[in-house]
Amino acid sequence: MLNNTRIRQLAGVALCLTAVALPAHAGKTLDTIKSRGELVCGVNVALAGFSAADSEGKWSGLDVDYCKALAAAILSDANKVKYVPLNAQQRFTALQSGEIDILSRNTTWTLTRDASLGANFVGTIYYDGQGFMVKKELKIASAKELNGATVCTQSGTTTEKNLTDYARANKLDIKPLVFEKNEAATGAYHSGRCEAYTTDASGLAAERTIAKNPDEHLILPEIISKEPLGPLVRRGDDEFFAISKWVLNALIEGEEYGLTQANLDEKKTSDDPNIQRILGTAEDMGTLLGLDKEWAYRALKATGNYGEIFERNVGKNSPLKLERGLNKLWNQGGILYAPPIR
Amino acid sequence: MTFWRNQKIRGWLYQFAALLLVALCVAVLADNTLENMRTRGIQSGFGFLSQPAGFDISESLFGFESTQPYWQAFLTGLGNTLKVALIGIILTTILGVLLGVGRFSQNILIRGLCLTYVEIFRNIPLLLQLLMWYLVCVEWLPTAREAEPFLGIYLTKAGLALPWFGDVPVKAGFGIKGGVTLSPEFFALLLGLTIYTASYIAEIVRSGIASVPRGQLEAALSLGLSRAQTMRLIQLPQALRVIIPPLTNQYLNLTKNSSLAVAVGYPELVSIANTSINQTGRAVECIAVIMAVYLTLSLLTSVLMNAYNRRAAIKER
Ligand SMILES: N[C@@H](CCC(=O)N[C@@H](CS)C(=O)NCC(=O)O)C(=O)O
Repeated sequence: MLNNTRIRQLAGVALCLTAVALPAHAGKTLDTIKSRGELVCGVNVALAGFSAADSEGKWSGLDVDYCKALAAAILSDANKVKYVPLNAQQRFTALQSGEIDILSRNTTWTLTRDASLGANFVGTIYYDGQGFMVKKELKIASAKELNGATVCTQSGTTTEKNLTDYARANKLDIKPLVFEKNEAATGAYHSGRCEAYTTDASGLAAERTIAKNPDEHLILPEIISKEPLGPLVRRGDDEFFAISKWVLNALIEGEEYGLTQANLDEKKTSDDPNIQRILGTAEDMGTLLGLDKEWAYRALKATGNYGEIFERNVGKNSPLKLERGLNKLWNQGGILYAPPIR
Repeated sequence: MTFWRNQKIRGWLYQFAALLLVALCVAVLADNTLENMRTRGIQSGFGFLSQPAGFDISESLFGFESTQPYWQAFLTGLGNTLKVALIGIILTTILGVLLGVGRFSQNILIRGLCLTYVEIFRNIPLLLQLLMWYLVCVEWLPTAREAEPFLGIYLTKAGLALPWFGDVPVKAGFGIKGGVTLSPEFFALLLGLTIYTASYIAEIVRSGIASVPRGQLEAALSLGLSRAQTMRLIQLPQALRVIIPPLTNQYLNLTKNSSLAVAVGYPELVSIANTSINQTGRAVECIAVIMAVYLTLSLLTSVLMNAYNRRAAIKER
């Protein structure tokens, strides 16, 4: 009569961990994906603009589009992706235990995670930073005015430590209230238990769009941390690591060379050697990665280039209306810089 | 009779072999885990416990600073677990006994109310009850800014603030300063655990009393004892030996169920471990700590209750 969901959940985690206790199989992730005919991608449970399922179970978002591009490059079909929704707490265990091939879930690249989780960060898909959202009725204009405030956040994220660091540096007395579920954290914020809610600025924008009255909430101007978000793969499979990296690079290079979903087929006749290399019309770059020469063409065809993915999911063509900001290309005032496909 | 034929010795041997097998399995599993973690580049070890935690904890018995090490953060979490478990066990015992005894009341209304209580609270999942109490606390109460004190007491979304030896709570900035404060997270958890567990204890007490032969009741009444006296002096004491073993179970359940607190933001042991797992990546280690602590608490509770049970048991003379 052990009526205890929490303990059962923990037992679940423990069980996952015993998967680590079984003998390691040499990781040819690419072969596994091909023979399975499906890419298994760990994504966020529900974060508008990044990864969310609609009423028919169709996933969309920036993180989801990356999985689609990867599946298109490997399996020639962007729909051959199985999405595994993960909360903040579960995500790394799912990757470690082999339940997913790749984790694409607004995850911040930090030293601890890169060095100690047995995972490698593929790159940065979105340069973010942590911020605060408050109710306008509090008449606060700056995070510096949060002295004495209670701030709600979700556990299993980078946010708790950033919040503590910020409070210490600015001599603010801030009380963190930590919930396991994001809905619980935002629920406590909306009920007035917390004066502020803190997470990545993109997450704040997403929360605000789904709030009952978005106009009642204000995202404070301070950005208190660096949150480079990106996908991760398991260590020990350099081939798949390289493929994951270069698909991301191809999406960014695609934008740099003006390759869009719409003009991709026209561009196949381009005599720009850079474009020829990306689209595989002259040199074959894909074979070097263990793929074929049309890998990047398929990825770009499936989702469009980085700019298109951005605007569609989180930018001006989306409810979030986030600015490109840091996420502009390097030659357009941002810091997005992909190494050359050469 | 040879040594092998001896029943008792054979029994011991079997048990020893079983134990050895289990130990071997655990050792192989542990070794394999460590080996695999190493080849996959997952770091392990308990060294992180002495590193600074770097996060704040919203409430603690003895104060906690983010510069203190992880092991002290765990202790703070354990303190919060014990706080809610101990107070919860006391309150739920009182409530449960009252409800159980109420089922034998002469008054049909009281009997009915006690039965309804049990049926309602036993059948709604605890997690839902916790969320409901928390919602009640944070939705219905006023914010600290709007609140007016009552006899120096503030009851707001920020919790229940009481005067404490001349230290009177006052509004300050966003919240309330001074006095002692019970947070709504603690309150919701305590309420949920107490009310839920009491419905089980009520049943245990009821069946315990029912197990006392009816002759005892009749004898006591005919001796001129009142109903209340009979219950207190004759029925309950005899029922105890039936009640205590399953009661121990309920105490253990209450303690373990306190880990549901992560849903309502109360920083008990599991919540602290969650944060630590995330910040350090040491999932295996943190879960081992949780398991060790709950095991210790459970064994401790059992030992105490067994000792009490031996005292309450009927002495055969
Ligand atoms: N980038 C941060 C935060 C990522 C994160 O989990 N954010 C939360 C708040 S926006 C989230 O996505 N929660 C959704 C959920 O778990 O349902 C990290 O990697 O730790």
